[in-house]
Amino acid sequence: MTLLLDKPAPPQAPAERAPYWTMRRRDTLAGWLMVLPQLAGIVAFVIVPLGLVVWYSVHEWNVLGGTFEFVGGDNYTALADDQRLGPVLRATGLFSAGLVVLNLSLALFLAVLLNQRLRGTVVFRTLFFSPVVVTLVAWTIVWGFLLQDNGGLNGFLNVLGIDGPNWLRSGGTAMASVIVVQLFKNVGLNMVLFLAALQGVPAELYEAARIDGASAWARFRRVTVPLISPTILLTMILTIVGSLQVFAQIAVLTQGGPETSTTVLVYYLYQQAFQFHHFGYGSALSLLLFSIVLVLTAVQWRMRRRWVFHEA
Amino acid sequence: MRLKLLIYGVLLVCCVPFVFPIWWMATTSLKPVAEIFAFPPSLLPGSPTLDAYRQVFELQPFGRQYLNSLYIALVVTVGTLAVSALAGYAFARVKFRGAGVVFVVVLSGLLVPNEVTIIPLYRMFDAFGLVDTHWPLILIPMLGAPSVLATFIMRQFFITLPMELEEAGRVDGLGRFGLFWRVCLPLARPAIGAVSIFTFLHSWNLYLEPIVFLSSKQKFTVPQALTQYVDAYGGPMWNTQLAAATLSALPVLIIFVLAQRQFVEGLAQTGLKG
Repeated sequence: MTLLLDKPAPPQAPAERAPYWTMRRRDTLAGWLMVLPQLAGIVAFVIVPLGLVVWYSVHEWNVLGGTFEFVGGDNYTALADDQRLGPVLRATGLFSAGLVVLNLSLALFLAVLLNQRLRGTVVFRTLFFSPVVVTLVAWTIVWGFLLQDNGGLNGFLNVLGIDGPNWLRSGGTAMASVIVVQLFKNVGLNMVLFLAALQGVPAELYEAARIDGASAWARFRRVTVPLISPTILLTMILTIVGSLQVFAQIAVLTQGGPETSTTVLVYYLYQQAFQFHHFGYGSALSLLLFSIVLVLTAVQWRMRRRWVFHEA
Repeated sequence: MRLKLLIYGVLLVCCVPFVFPIWWMATTSLKPVAEIFAFPPSLLPGSPTLDAYRQVFELQPFGRQYLNSLYIALVVTVGTLAVSALAGYAFARVKFRGAGVVFVVVLSGLLVPNEVTIIPLYRMFDAFGLVDTHWPLILIPMLGAPSVLATFIMRQFFITLPMELEEAGRVDGLGRFGLFWRVCLPLARPAIGAVSIFTFLHSWNLYLEPIVFLSSKQKFTVPQALTQYVDAYGGPMWNTQLAAATLSALPVLIIFVLAQRQFVEGLAQTGLKG
């Protein structure tokens, strides 16, 4: 202390200056360190590849010849001229629309049944959910086996005197089969989410509606649906984006056939890029897929304002 | 009472397409070849045999492939937990400059499924000589687009924790990482459970990525290996495929049935609730 007094006092006493490592600065450092792995991963495996897709899509990449040439909009012109693209987009739309409608309706139906608080619903819930944990390709293989021309399904139909079609090889039934296989695989997931939402609807609301003389259907339509609409929207977004990614089921069950009736966009992209080595054209297809995802997500966010009920 | 019976009846009928394929997979794998297309179809094998299971291991290094899938899925799960818990905690509870921008950049991963970027991802890993290794199957799910949903779930969970918890921790002299590790993470068990389950299943089910990146049988994963049991004409060897399929599905199914409450309720309770 005495030593200090001997020296001339500095203009600002060091003891009064705030330490450099304030809590704010420390938090900024900690926050950045904590998000760093995730951020680096997104840059390396999402942002950079997305940029590269754009770059590749204006080039022609010949893997065997080792050439990589700028071709401007050629791949996009090819996209517009591609005779198969129409059927491919049609198959993609058919698959997604069919799956989303069936999946959400069945999930909600099962959830409402399970929400009746009967004994033994846990057993049923477990059974409906179990395909979710079965290896996707294993599930697909056994359905492929069941749907063979001489397979189990037609065998059982035959016992009943019905002559079933060759499910996976006829134009009319192949797409329906692929949708059904995917439906039963994952509907349990949406069912569980709906069940949780249903259990959050207060019982008094049903009581009040009943006193007002609302029928069971009216109670479902006017009380249940509005109250679980956030969950409906969420499951819809997840199911649509998931349906655009379907690949293993197509590759194992139909290889996109018969003709192109089950060739969805991701399968077509895989064929073009990794079977025919058209990386440039495949990149243009990738961007098409990306724009579809973007547009659908944007549309759904807008819909959210329109009909999702929020407790204000 | 009649309504109750009706509901049970409907539930039972609804069970068929969920349960029957699993039953059919397991029983067909025990049937001799001559029996698998027998008419009328039989629900139980007439003369059960383990031939198909023997073939599973004779025709391919299936044990090795099984281990490949298992260790990849475990590494991806643990890695995703670390990455997503840290990032989710930071987004939920740490106020730092640039957090908003970083969050938007990270969330963009939700809009870019790996199928969109599979071509450049292949070229990138090829440039580093990592094609036909397990690195792409580990790094992409752990750090790339699939991990974003995990981060989001973690964030949604950490956001619900009360402020007082961390203030108490601060009084005890904990810094940021201490608060994360000692106070918040131990409370995050439901979120950790949900993220582990769906990350494991996601990795275990991957199909496009393995067939794009892997070419040698020793390195194959289970889903890829299942489709390789074909006869000389390229037709599927059904009972062998179904035996391998049963082996791939059964352990996960058993774990699920034993822990179904944690599975189902964990998934329903976390941020996925909307």
